[in-house]
Amino acid sequence: MRAAVAALAGLIFGIGLTIAEMTNPAKVLAFLDVFSGQWDPSLIFVMGAGIALYGAGFLILKRRTAPVMGDRFHLPTAQGIDTPLIAGAVLFGAGWGLVGLCPGPAFAALSLGGAPVLIFMAANLAGMYAFELVGPRMTRGQTAA
Amino acid sequence: MDFSNFTPGAASIGGLLIGASGLILFALLGRQAGVSSVAGGLLRFDLRDLDWRLAFIGGIVVGPLVVAFVRGSELPFEITFNPWMLVAAGLLVGFGTRLGNGCTSGHGICGVSRFSVRSIVAVVTFVGVGVLVATLARLGGLS
Repeated sequence: MRAAVAALAGLIFGIGLTIAEMTNPAKVLAFLDVFSGQWDPSLIFVMGAGIALYGAGFLILKRRTAPVMGDRFHLPTAQGIDTPLIAGAVLFGAGWGLVGLCPGPAFAALSLGGAPVLIFMAANLAGMYAFELVGPRMTRGQTAA
Repeated sequence: MDFSNFTPGAASIGGLLIGASGLILFALLGRQAGVSSVAGGLLRFDLRDLDWRLAFIGGIVVGPLVVAFVRGSELPFEITFNPWMLVAAGLLVGFGTRLGNGCTSGHGICGVSRFSVRSIVAVVTFVGVGVLVATLARLGGLS
């Protein structure tokens, strides 16, 4: 049952990314490349609409003490701005700006991007696994969301 | 300025669906729909925790196939095929999102919605660096 809920949520997520065309790296780069003369601000509307709906729903859900099918809400416990947060965001931003793919759209693009996406995904998973090996020594008190 | 590729309607509908997906996952399972955290957790190979993570990622993979089927046409996809750049970008995105504890979905949508200061700082940082690198890549002839 837990897996069925997650599959449905993932499916809606993937459909949303596709309708917004965030699965197309050229469209994401057209947002990030602000000074190209052909700036495409669409990504701001994806984020804005997502934040508005999720934020409103979160306010309502916050009154509950536990999710419908679980014992507790899992939220990040880390507080304050630290070096891992900034360094991680810098590295991520650099990779994102190079090719226009981030984790969600990369999974969604697996069926449409052919070899380039497969290469990116292999490296992405390798990078994530490398963090599992060395990460605990680099971060303190952070738990996965 | 040429705004001919700007698609605010489709972008907003897509964003609403992503927000709805996040609410379903949080309300029912108590989990945040941050893709890097969900995928990164898979690599701990904790069997008690694999089912919903695999199912969520699987759903994301299948989503575009549903849209392509309904539309009956191929989806737009354009990328610069430079293998070494793809490897470098993949490593940076994979390691960076785990080190910074989130990506465009976890920090960008779930975190900002909760007014998390860490997430807001992360988003400003990765968008800022993304803008810088995308601009330099174009000027350097890489994209």
